[in-house]
Amino acid sequence: MLELKNISFSVEDEQTGVRKDILTDVSLSLAEREFMVITGPNGSGKSTLAKIIMGIVKPTGGRIIFDGTDITETGVTERARMHIGYAFQQPVRFKGICVTDLLRLAAGKELPNDEACRYLSEVGLCAADYINREINGSLSGGELKRIEIATLLARGTRIALFDEPEAGIDLWSFQNLTRIFEKMRNSHNSAAIIISHQERILNIADTIVMLADGRIVKKGSCDEIMPELLAQAEPCEIGKTFCPDLKRLT
Amino acid sequence: MNSNAEHILETVAGFSHIPDGAFNIRHNGKGVNMRSSVGISILPRKDGKGITVKIRPGTVGEIMHIPVVIDQSGIIDLVYNDFFIGEDCDVEIIAGCGIHNDGVHLTQHDGIHTFHIGKNSRVRYVEKHYGSGGNAAKVLNPVTNLFLAEGAHMEMDTVQIEGVDATKRVTKANLLANSTLVIKEKLLTSGKQTAATDYEINLNGKGAGVNLISRSVAKGESTQEFLSKINGNTECQGHSECDAIIMDNATVTAIPIVKANHVDASLIHEAAIGKIAGEQITKLLTLGLTQEEAEAEIVNGFLR
Repeated sequence: MLELKNISFSVEDEQTGVRKDILTDVSLSLAEREFMVITGPNGSGKSTLAKIIMGIVKPTGGRIIFDGTDITETGVTERARMHIGYAFQQPVRFKGICVTDLLRLAAGKELPNDEACRYLSEVGLCAADYINREINGSLSGGELKRIEIATLLARGTRIALFDEPEAGIDLWSFQNLTRIFEKMRNSHNSAAIIISHQERILNIADTIVMLADGRIVKKGSCDEIMPELLAQAEPCEIGKTFCPDLKRLT
Repeated sequence: MNSNAEHILETVAGFSHIPDGAFNIRHNGKGVNMRSSVGISILPRKDGKGITVKIRPGTVGEIMHIPVVIDQSGIIDLVYNDFFIGEDCDVEIIAGCGIHNDGVHLTQHDGIHTFHIGKNSRVRYVEKHYGSGGNAAKVLNPVTNLFLAEGAHMEMDTVQIEGVDATKRVTKANLLANSTLVIKEKLLTSGKQTAATDYEINLNGKGAGVNLISRSVAKGESTQEFLSKINGNTECQGHSECDAIIMDNATVTAIPIVKANHVDASLIHEAAIGKIAGEQITKLLTLGLTQEEAEAEIVNGFLR
């Protein structure tokens, strides 16, 4: 369904004028209803890759093919209308726009209250408390994150991109989050690309992709990749010194 | 009234037929229809330039409409409306002025509203301003004077969304002990329009409080100036907030002043001017909106 062919992205350092590679020669393919988790250290290019798929960032090299069509040059709006959805790592705040407005815009139609409520309930929010709340600084990071996920449910995606969906989410969290992902795949036939460091999210992936320094260093099924990932997660030197009993960090 | 006047009436006052309760409709510089109610008495001024409104103490739940419609080019209308609201009332007053100017002459309405609000009364005052028609100037200069007695509360919602070429809006308030005032201003200018708002709030009584919130959007070549001055003359609380979205080649000036004349006066001002945040646009693009649709949604939400 989605194919990334030799995607590269580089930026010019404003001070030195030297180009820095963020992504180099990244090739991936995503099948219908596939659940792919991209992981890797900070600065490895994961978020940039998600933005490139959504069209927010334009690659400096390579092609993006969706359902056999080259969409490399299409903008964000067009890709959204192809039902590619994107949940921001840090959800955007608005003044005056309410939760119900955002769900309506996501759905692309007037939303009956019960439908809007259903999406909010899915993400563990009591609809009566939130439906008319402004999406502003009065909402906590976790609340904004859940609303962000609800907009993707309302949108109805063929590919849902999640940039660190677990960040800021409390213990309601992983069980429900993974349940939502399962539902998106099973009930809505949506594929997903999720950027995550979380073991519990990695555990439900069909495919895990590891990025480091802007390149794919490993790709495979969960069973193939997870043992290796967990073995690598050794404590740092400080951890070894002060917590000698600590075997590994998860 | 013709269809232009009826449209204005619906836009500024929200009705398409004569409402229940007390009302006064002013059309092209003259009072054309009015009705008093049990609790609200309306008396036309002898000089024809406005009305005197007396609201009986204890009047609760009444809504009064006082729209002004001008659809004749060249009219310059100066009106004085005085409101005397008794003690322990809870009423809503819906004002509003719309000008439709298809002619070539300056058309202007200067409405001077003075409210004397009795002890422990609550008043919600809604004021909408609107202009339509051709290129000839449509000008609205409202002046609002507020006198709040002990324990009184007033909420003033003032909205100017489109079509007014120039406006100078002056609001002055004097608050006695434990009275509170909430002002919400929403303003949109475009083209070469100009808008100036000027607030002076005097917190004179112990425990008085004001919350003044202004949200505006300036598009095109338009110019806006926001001036607010809150004087804390005793133990009191004052907060003003001016939040503006600037677009195209518009200009916005915000001058919030807070002056504490008493050690227990607690006063805060906030002013923020900026373009629409890029990430807000991007978020709405990811929901399938175009750039223009995203901007419109953000502006509409901001001014809601």
